[in-house]
Amino acid sequence: MLTNRRLLSAGFVGLLAFVAAPGLAETLPSRDDPAIAAAYEEGGRYFTEDDIPTFNVAEDGTVGWPTFSGFRRYHAECHVCHGPDGEGSTYAPALKTSALTMDYYDFIGVVAEGRQKVNASQNSVMPSFGTNPNVMCYLDDIYVYLKARGTEAVARGRPAKKEPKSDLIREDEDACMG
Amino acid sequence: MKRILLMSAAMVVGLSATASANEALQGLIDDPKQWAIQTGDYENTRYSELDQITKDNVGDLQVAWTFSTGVLRGHEGSPLVIGDMMYVHTPFPNIVYALNLAEDGKIMWKYEPKQDPNVIPVMCCDTVYRGTAYADDTIFLHQADTTLVALDAKTGEVKWSVVNGDPSIGETNTATVLPVKDKVIVGISGGEFGIRGHVTAYDMKTGERVWRAYSMGPDSDTLMDPENTTHLGKPVGAESGTNTWEGDQWKIGGGSTWGWYSYDAELDLFYYGTGNPSTWNPAQRPGDNRWSMTIMARNPDTGVAKWLYQMTPHDEWDYDGVNEMILTDQEVDGKMRKLLTHPDRNGLAYTMDRETGELLVAEKFDPEVNWTTGVDMDPDSDTYGRPAVVAAYSTEQNGEDVNSTGICPAALGTKDQQPSAYSPKTGLFYIPTNHVCMDYEPFRVSYTAGQPYVGATLAMYPAPGSHGGMGNFIAWDNIEGKIKWSIPEQFSVWSGALATAGDVVFYGTLEGYLKAIDASTGDELYSFKTPSGVIGNVMTYEHAGKQYIGILSGIGGWAGIGLAAGLTDPNAGLGAVGGYAALSDYTALGGQLTVFALPN
Repeated sequence: MLTNRRLLSAGFVGLLAFVAAPGLAETLPSRDDPAIAAAYEEGGRYFTEDDIPTFNVAEDGTVGWPTFSGFRRYHAECHVCHGPDGEGSTYAPALKTSALTMDYYDFIGVVAEGRQKVNASQNSVMPSFGTNPNVMCYLDDIYVYLKARGTEAVARGRPAKKEPKSDLIREDEDACMG
Repeated sequence: MKRILLMSAAMVVGLSATASANEALQGLIDDPKQWAIQTGDYENTRYSELDQITKDNVGDLQVAWTFSTGVLRGHEGSPLVIGDMMYVHTPFPNIVYALNLAEDGKIMWKYEPKQDPNVIPVMCCDTVYRGTAYADDTIFLHQADTTLVALDAKTGEVKWSVVNGDPSIGETNTATVLPVKDKVIVGISGGEFGIRGHVTAYDMKTGERVWRAYSMGPDSDTLMDPENTTHLGKPVGAESGTNTWEGDQWKIGGGSTWGWYSYDAELDLFYYGTGNPSTWNPAQRPGDNRWSMTIMARNPDTGVAKWLYQMTPHDEWDYDGVNEMILTDQEVDGKMRKLLTHPDRNGLAYTMDRETGELLVAEKFDPEVNWTTGVDMDPDSDTYGRPAVVAAYSTEQNGEDVNSTGICPAALGTKDQQPSAYSPKTGLFYIPTNHVCMDYEPFRVSYTAGQPYVGATLAMYPAPGSHGGMGNFIAWDNIEGKIKWSIPEQFSVWSGALATAGDVVFYGTLEGYLKAIDASTGDELYSFKTPSGVIGNVMTYEHAGKQYIGILSGIGGWAGIGLAAGLTDPNAGLGAVGGYAALSDYTALGGQLTVFALPN
């Protein structure tokens, strides 16, 4: 499973240079996949059985607070390159796919440290956001939102219903944003 | 003969070429065979006297030749033509090619600067570049990393170079420069990174900095004279660039200067607009945030401001005021006036007296514009010149963490930088527009140097209840403040227009079409699908007795962000969503110049 995921993440940059190639979607994990499905909840946040942050959508469509927060932060910090709703743009990959094909820790690493693909045919540079609290304090939120988009558990646009912000999330946010 | 022809144009657009305007460049601009400046002329009319291609024969247009730039991202601006030479620029890495038109476009020289690729992600919205400028046998290249380079037009050798800004704090460049007299005037981008916008003049011969005028800050920085610099006819008073800000916020106040500049040699004033105040969360920066969102008239030798007008005090929607300032001499109420016409991102088109800064007309150029009911035109009113904001669409009044919905236009404006054209024959302005609305939710952000400083979540979608498309191409009467006709387009029109004496108007579309329309009626006369979406500007020139039309293809820019994947209307029924097709269904990345001519 892990090997498979790593292979995909190596291949995704080339494939997604324009917009997500439709054929790729078939190989993506579904929302019931243990790597995606929420196994437990802690203070308003959801995790897989491997303790990786993930989204939760109730039957009536209510999303967990982190997913909603991720929607907001994504559309402030990421969408000017990566397009609305994690769909990709003419020059940056569709992150809704990256969140599924990349390992969580790799994903965090690329956001924090940045990455460059500069050669004769492309000038693709992901900046380092490691010092930006507007991104780093909400990175898990952005990650779970994109995971929810990648599996289409959350449709394009603003999630209509959300759980309230928990006290724990509020405390953590205040501490992180300073 | 040439001169005589030009006199007729001079009557309408005020081409009173005095010795002060960089005589050699003015001479080239006056010769319609050349395309010597990105904006067509100092007045930004993008009008050509060439009339070989007419509304009667434009249907026969054919591709004459093409050129691949070797770069695949958004291609804005256009080539220049000086004599036998054509100068083609690219987005980052900002290559310049000199092509010899007398030798079938042979590459005479190529200049490719070495730039740190870390500048790429600091550029908001793709790595576009709106083109080189020419004066005194020199090509002026203003790179993404803000290095301004003077290249020998014959050899491509570097004469001098100077660094204008600091990408590590978010300062970048996307704009062309304005050569005036013995100076080159340059702007800066970075409003989404909390920069403090500025305009700077460099000595054309040496690259030495002559003056710099900031968009906000103390008078010594903004180059404003408390007594003689006026806002709507009244002196601005002391420290006008700081006294509408809280504390030191003006230091990261935005007001970038990346748009199109125009110049009036007779009045010896140049004109440009300033961008949004930083951040996009209005609650975090109380006050009018002067002089963001402002039309500026400055002296090119000293930088001192003569007059200014803040269109959108305390911006709540990212309506940058940087769009083109088109200078015309037209009759208003039976009197000839020196006018400045500016179709703004905020959806209002302004007509001003460019000598005094008097506001004459401010009207919506898209009927869907809803954030304001209009501008107070009463000089005796306390709110003279201010737009009346509709509370429901005020992201300030609705507050932080509240999603204000259905605001028209969207942040990319009723139009963005894509420049309009003006035909003195019809007296009409031809404006490429966006027909897109948005939801906008501001929230608190903290500032980190060199990092995005945005603070709002946006969702954009085609104007609801309209024709379903995301753009229009309109003919505008700047005296009456009325739309004469409007051509609906499926996507935003992100290409600069060209008007010609052949009674034809040209523009490009995001699907990649070059279109020719009748300047009077808007009827489509010709269209051709180029290899990639068009965000470049149409230009024309004559070589060896033949008129050519040139356009850069290469999808990207702001338009490539949202439209690539398609925009959805969150308020539309399920059936409607599929109607807003994605641009990626129509075109893919490219970088090509296509040149058209009539058959031999």
